[in-house]
Amino acid sequence: MWRDALLVAGKDIRIELRSRVALWQVLPFAVLVLVLFGFALGPGPSALRTAAPGLYWLAVLFSTVLATQRSMAIESGEGTRDGLRLSGIDPAGVFLGKAAAVAVQLVAVQVLLGAGIVVLFDVHVETWWLALVASVLATVGLSAAGVLYGALSAGLRVRETLLPLLVLPIVAPVLIAGSRAWSAAVSGAVASGASWLKILGPFAAVYLAVGVALYGPLQETA
Amino acid sequence: MASRVMELAVHLRSAVALAGRFPALSGVDLDVAAGEVVAVLGANGAGKTSLLRVCAGLVPVVSGDARVLGCDLRSERTLARRRVGLLGHDPALYDELTAAENVRFAVRAAGLGTDRVGPALDRLGLTGRLRRTPAVRMSAGQRRRTALAVLVARDPELWLLDEPHAGLDADARTIVGSLVEEAAASGAAVVLTSHEPDLAVPLADRVAVMSGGRITSVRTGGRRADATDRVLVALSQGDAHVA
Repeated sequence: MWRDALLVAGKDIRIELRSRVALWQVLPFAVLVLVLFGFALGPGPSALRTAAPGLYWLAVLFSTVLATQRSMAIESGEGTRDGLRLSGIDPAGVFLGKAAAVAVQLVAVQVLLGAGIVVLFDVHVETWWLALVASVLATVGLSAAGVLYGALSAGLRVRETLLPLLVLPIVAPVLIAGSRAWSAAVSGAVASGASWLKILGPFAAVYLAVGVALYGPLQETA
Repeated sequence: MASRVMELAVHLRSAVALAGRFPALSGVDLDVAAGEVVAVLGANGAGKTSLLRVCAGLVPVVSGDARVLGCDLRSERTLARRRVGLLGHDPALYDELTAAENVRFAVRAAGLGTDRVGPALDRLGLTGRLRRTPAVRMSAGQRRRTALAVLVARDPELWLLDEPHAGLDADARTIVGSLVEEAAASGAAVVLTSHEPDLAVPLADRVAVMSGGRITSVRTGGRRADATDRVLVALSQGDAHVA
């Protein structure tokens, strides 16, 4: 399973590096979301600083939808989808590999967004480890949930419009917990921030487990 | 009878499969032995592609008996798939990957050594800069050659070729003929579909004609004279389904 996951992740990342969809579409989109929300909130620095964690995670969530759609589009051709089913690769390995490739893209998005809120919104993170752990757990959960629901909608003609409707409500806990954890990391309130990790950790674990178990049947019905 | 069935690469009895709500196969009987080449002819919509997809374990059989390489397609589909190679209408290629990368991915996915990649690409005439060309920039024929190179590198026990001559130039068509001969000589079974009997029949031990999701007739192909003898032996053993 792990060997297959590495193989699929390597393939997806290589394809992304060649197509540069993440570089030219996902990353600019994430920054655009951040800037536009900034415009909507106005120039007041305190309002921007307060809202920054929420804006950051909203931009990450929207980017998750884009990255997941792209990940599923790689296998959207009938030939490649069949090829993957005939390849002998463990479906759980396919799920983990695709989730890992989406996670790598989300890490790039978050690095850029992190720099964005520091530069544009004048945010200073007091407790870096808390922000980092929250980001890691949220990234795992978002990529796992995204790929799982991406597989669920893969065989449908309306998959492009259906995926955001499926994913965004499901990942609302990540938005809430991630925003609160980051707010705590910015203000230095470690205890309250750490409590939100108790939501992000189980969310990631549950979606990883469900994805490993269900990706095979979903691949067959897509 | 049971041991003979185990030896067959394909064993379908009254196999019924659906494409959506409509029947794609309506009770197909077909046996293909190891080392045998069967050409399936028929008009568009006759069920040729569905037959191959059933044999590949991609389309489930809803009734009847279906075994491929000894694996029951109802309960052991994933086991069978690993030993089957399918050349479909759409080459299973990733557009952004080169010919060499596509073949390497398929080989590694099958748990095989990457030393198979170079010879497979050579065999299909994919040399020099073509190997480094992303699939999206290849012509339809070059993509088809790359998809065939994947099969050559994987060396499956059952080759399922859907219109293998389509979109290929004369040289590549000759290569397809050689590949089919070599696969059969090595003990693999080959089932190929075609709209062009003049290309398919000379390659085949037997020729099955499909219409309306059924095999309506089976005749001796032009590949080996002893194909007729084998059919007669099977019939004398009481297996009326092997024509």
